Amino acid sequence: MSIIEPELTALKDNLLDMINLVIGQIERSKDAIDKVDVKLAEEIMEDEKKINNQELSIDRDCENVLALHTPVAIDLRFVLSALRISNDLERIGDNTNGLAKFVKQNSKEINKKLLEEFKLKEMLDILSSMLVGMRQALKDEDSALAKETLKKNMLFDEFNKKALKTAEAILKEQSTNPKIILRLFSIVRALERSGALAKNIGEEIVFYVEAEVLKHYKKPEKE
Amino acid sequence: MAFIEAKKVNAYYGTHHVLTDISLDIKLNSVTAFIGPSGCGKSTFLRMLNRMNDYIEGFSSTGEILIDDKNIYKKSVHVEELRQKVGMVFQKPNPFPKSIFDNVAYGLNLRGIKEKKILDERVEKSLKQAALWSEVKDKLNKSAFSLSGGQQQRLCIARTLAVKPSIILMDEPAASLDPISTSKIEELIAELKEEYTIVIVTHNMQQAARVSDKTGFFYLGELIEYDKTKDLFTSPKEKKTENYITGRFG
Repeated sequence: MSIIEPELTALKDNLLDMINLVIGQIERSKDAIDKVDVKLAEEIMEDEKKINNQELSIDRDCENVLALHTPVAIDLRFVLSALRISNDLERIGDNTNGLAKFVKQNSKEINKKLLEEFKLKEMLDILSSMLVGMRQALKDEDSALAKETLKKNMLFDEFNKKALKTAEAILKEQSTNPKIILRLFSIVRALERSGALAKNIGEEIVFYVEAEVLKHYKKPEKE
Repeated sequence: MAFIEAKKVNAYYGTHHVLTDISLDIKLNSVTAFIGPSGCGKSTFLRMLNRMNDYIEGFSSTGEILIDDKNIYKKSVHVEELRQKVGMVFQKPNPFPKSIFDNVAYGLNLRGIKEKKILDERVEKSLKQAALWSEVKDKLNKSAFSLSGGQQQRLCIARTLAVKPSIILMDEPAASLDPISTSKIEELIAELKEEYTIVIVTHNMQQAARVSDKTGFFYLGELIEYDKTKDLFTSPKEKKTENYITGRFG
């Protein structure tokens, strides 16, 4: 075993732990919006601190591996990917935290039906399944699974379009505080961004395993 | 266009087949590094570029090595002229037991250059190119052995440069040097590239990554992969290369 391997294994374990934390946060968010549960929302907000600490720990691990082991090839790609994946996870955690804050701050004005109309639970389901797929792909160095999973990001576009129409319709009805509707719409946008971040994670896994750069790739237009 | 071109080169020490079908191109004014575990054939191939192996009993080879389009293994090639064109720096600094000046002027004297003005100019220029002039200009008559290991190695580089080669071969030139001297040699390689074509053998992969434009990975006498250095160290195409540069075998 090369001297760098235990360091890389520990780094990967830390990264998988961070993905687990973020998946756990998302799963609890589904319950929090289902039951408009303030206590659960507070727990989710606590999770964010753990996620932030995990990001700092991964940053330190990466610095150490780079400084002490000067990795190359697949090892270097893994460390670079780990840095970017942990940053993406932290931002997904931030977005989920925003949702929890919204539930906590507006629990008296929101209800399950209103939250259902914006399809938040469905979006969280897709986000969670994307991260579960990415966790497996990272663990098994399975770039095919990562490529397959990142395609789910496209589903978020539809939710975003529908959310705009839903917001317009509810605003016309004037049955709900417009501030709440605007906040909900911004949460949908944040979840869409989380989908894009989960896609980035898939791209990083492909880069790590295959040295293939998918970032900013666009299919050539047909003539 | 290739300045050095190897075509299906095979080499043998007696019956021992040490290089198998090595083919590669090296561009003018570039730095090429050869890496690989001990005994992989990289130094044998390096020494073939100025026919240093001719001295080894039982050595034989097939294939072609062209430098500037001329096959250096043709019978008509004058080996001493070849070695003037293709200079070599070895792992351990090997100054002669002479003064600093005489060490640099040695090759010139051998070629019959005696005129003091020319010798002074060439010695100064070579020492400047080897980034040693400012450190030794006031003690040119002192023994070469009075210099530090790093300075002695740069003196050997100056000695090589004095006879105006177009190619410099370096066989682990910084292996016996401390980090500061190593860094000076690496800076020197980057500067010399402007005028010379450099081929370096090194066990230090970070050094290969830092100084070279292209890197060749040798393993068990074969050239497993030869590519741009930045590609070979970030996304090698061959699993063997990846395993070697990441320290997983070798």
